[in-house]
Amino acid sequence: MSEIIKLKIGLASCGIAAGGEAVFEALKKATALPIDQVGCIGHCYAEPLVEACLADGSSVMYSNVKADEKSIQDILSLGGENRFEVPAARKAKELLKVLALAGRIVPTDLADYTANGGYEGLKKALSLSPEEVINEIKLSGLRGRGGGGFPTGMKWSFLAAKPGFDKTVICNADEGDPGAFMDRSLMESVPHQVLEGMLIAAYATGASRLVIYCRAEYPLAIKHLKIAIDQIYEAKLNVFGNRSIEISIKEGAGAFVCGEETALIASLEGQRGMPRFRPPFPTDRGYQDKPTMINNVETFGNIPVILREGGNAFASTGSEGGRGTKLFALAGDLQYPGLVEVPMGTTLNEIVFEIGGADRSHVKAVQTGGPSGGCIPVELFDTPVDYDSLRSLGAIMGSGGMIVIGKDRCMVETARYFLDFTHRESCGKCTFCRIGTTRMFEILERIVAGKGCEADLDLLEDLGKKIKAGSLCGLGQTAPNPVLATLRFYRNEYLEHVNEHKCRAMQCNALVDVVLDKSKCVKCKLCLKTCPLNAISSDFVIDPALCTRCNSCLDSCPKKAIIRAAKGDK
Amino acid sequence: MKKEYEFLRSIPNDPGNLIKGLQLLQSSCGYISVDGIRAAAEYFGRPEADVEGVVSFYAQFKRVKPGRYQISVCDGTACHLKGAPLIHEWLHQELGLKPGETAEDGVFSLETVACLGCCSLAPVMSVNGKVHGKLDRKTMMKILKEYAAK
Repeated sequence: MSEIIKLKIGLASCGIAAGGEAVFEALKKATALPIDQVGCIGHCYAEPLVEACLADGSSVMYSNVKADEKSIQDILSLGGENRFEVPAARKAKELLKVLALAGRIVPTDLADYTANGGYEGLKKALSLSPEEVINEIKLSGLRGRGGGGFPTGMKWSFLAAKPGFDKTVICNADEGDPGAFMDRSLMESVPHQVLEGMLIAAYATGASRLVIYCRAEYPLAIKHLKIAIDQIYEAKLNVFGNRSIEISIKEGAGAFVCGEETALIASLEGQRGMPRFRPPFPTDRGYQDKPTMINNVETFGNIPVILREGGNAFASTGSEGGRGTKLFALAGDLQYPGLVEVPMGTTLNEIVFEIGGADRSHVKAVQTGGPSGGCIPVELFDTPVDYDSLRSLGAIMGSGGMIVIGKDRCMVETARYFLDFTHRESCGKCTFCRIGTTRMFEILERIVAGKGCEADLDLLEDLGKKIKAGSLCGLGQTAPNPVLATLRFYRNEYLEHVNEHKCRAMQCNALVDVVLDKSKCVKCKLCLKTCPLNAISSDFVIDPALCTRCNSCLDSCPKKAIIRAAKGDK
Repeated sequence: MKKEYEFLRSIPNDPGNLIKGLQLLQSSCGYISVDGIRAAAEYFGRPEADVEGVVSFYAQFKRVKPGRYQISVCDGTACHLKGAPLIHEWLHQELGLKPGETAEDGVFSLETVACLGCCSLAPVMSVNGKVHGKLDRKTMMKILKEYAAK
């Protein structure tokens, strides 16, 4: 086998959180080989990841690397201890187009990007007329990846139709869905690809200003983008003939509603991020009252790919309900959480079980589209994932967050969680959204506390329909989805909560007692020492009045003698 | 404008830069005080009530002085499913803090955040920006001890 010529270590947010920085330091100490700090390849469960590049052009990956002497030497000697292979099922299903370079190149190295085909899309675009570029985008069938699914080419043509160059293109990088991290990963790992997409948009639509609105919770993404912007200025990639494009980045301050176009613009202008009535549409009057177009990070990430491949070739991937590939952030109850890219129309079965390695007997549902989406039960997992199929099930594609929910999770509590989020994030402008989501949340709190009644379920449905109809923006129009979808598919769980005061998942604290099975107990007293409230007596009886159901004792018990049981069961 | 807020002059006083100004205020002072609001209103030429309105709208802005170590517990979907409520319960038992509070000795303060974007390491929390993943009670207690001893 040939020798190592270079090492690569994944240092995106996930790699850092898994301890990648310590591994990087240890590697630096142990070897004089060049070490590239790259982004994320999407296999978050295997972080920290180190790739050893060999002289013959091949490479060997190492996963879950620790910062100790043994692990480091194992890599440097090309040992076999922590070798990592992409699981075969995932390799077969995945199609890396947008993510092709993520984790393979140094995010902040312009030369590395251009050596791997970077900015060829822009070059191609500049050799065409703006109309021809927009035509390619239309041919590609690309639809907005931020959730709405509006045809991108059409959006571009609206802005291009406005006279002059005093126009703005905004990149919506305010990835607010809890449970989604596709955009973060793209910005951290391939910032130039996102910016290349934006520059192509500026050329095609005649915009002179590019603004990235990024959430402040993503410091590493902001850092990488800033470096990339400086490099673009230096290389004059932002100059098209006599036109020079201004690129800036603004940090959001944490408001979910700012994902909505008009709210985002209000926030950019230093106001409370509240949406306004449309028309006028942003393409008529947007940022600073000038024509403005907003696309999502992943949408821009697709643009260079389309220009390189050509619109028709791009459209050959995917299905009727959506062209190209889609990134999904897989998390929750599965073996391989991470970022995946698959052709549109791949089924949930393939994504959750084959790629995600989830346990078929354990999965109850998958939640797509975050707080605006719905739950899809496991029985319907042969559904192809595209914009239209998901909508028909009361869920949405959203930006691509996909949370796998196991059988030990309560669907009522899950719905309560989402409404807790949306009722707090409602900006307060529309009465139905402001008060309606609060009432829905209160009803759900009542149900998980065992104090609900059957009429509450009808009330939830009634409120949900009215909130959807009576809200101005996407937040209110979709906020009831998690409740309506769970009521549709899991009404029996709601009924158990209200009629029998039972939570089959043993999750709702008010309906559960923590009990100790004396036949399994070995009297080791670890639980007594662990319980922060001294709720366990010396003869091993748990006082339900003192116990807060914090699960500390469950974790401490070596014999698993302590369990959560339905209230009243002995 | 009070001398201690002179740093605001490093950004142009266009009213559209208010959020940027407030972010600068918060990163310099740790939180946004009544005096801070007054200074921002004066510098950006906007009424104080208007500035207060912007501050209260966005989750990022804090009106209470944070502790030396700011603990942010992620309550994104993945973390919630994997036990974020338990982490809150344990932190409450250990530090006596609820989200939005700062301990009397000023060492720790606690907040809930929507999503740190590290869903595959759920449940996670960050301390002064450093993310700690795959938490259980034992690792969380160990992390607290390490910071308290610093």
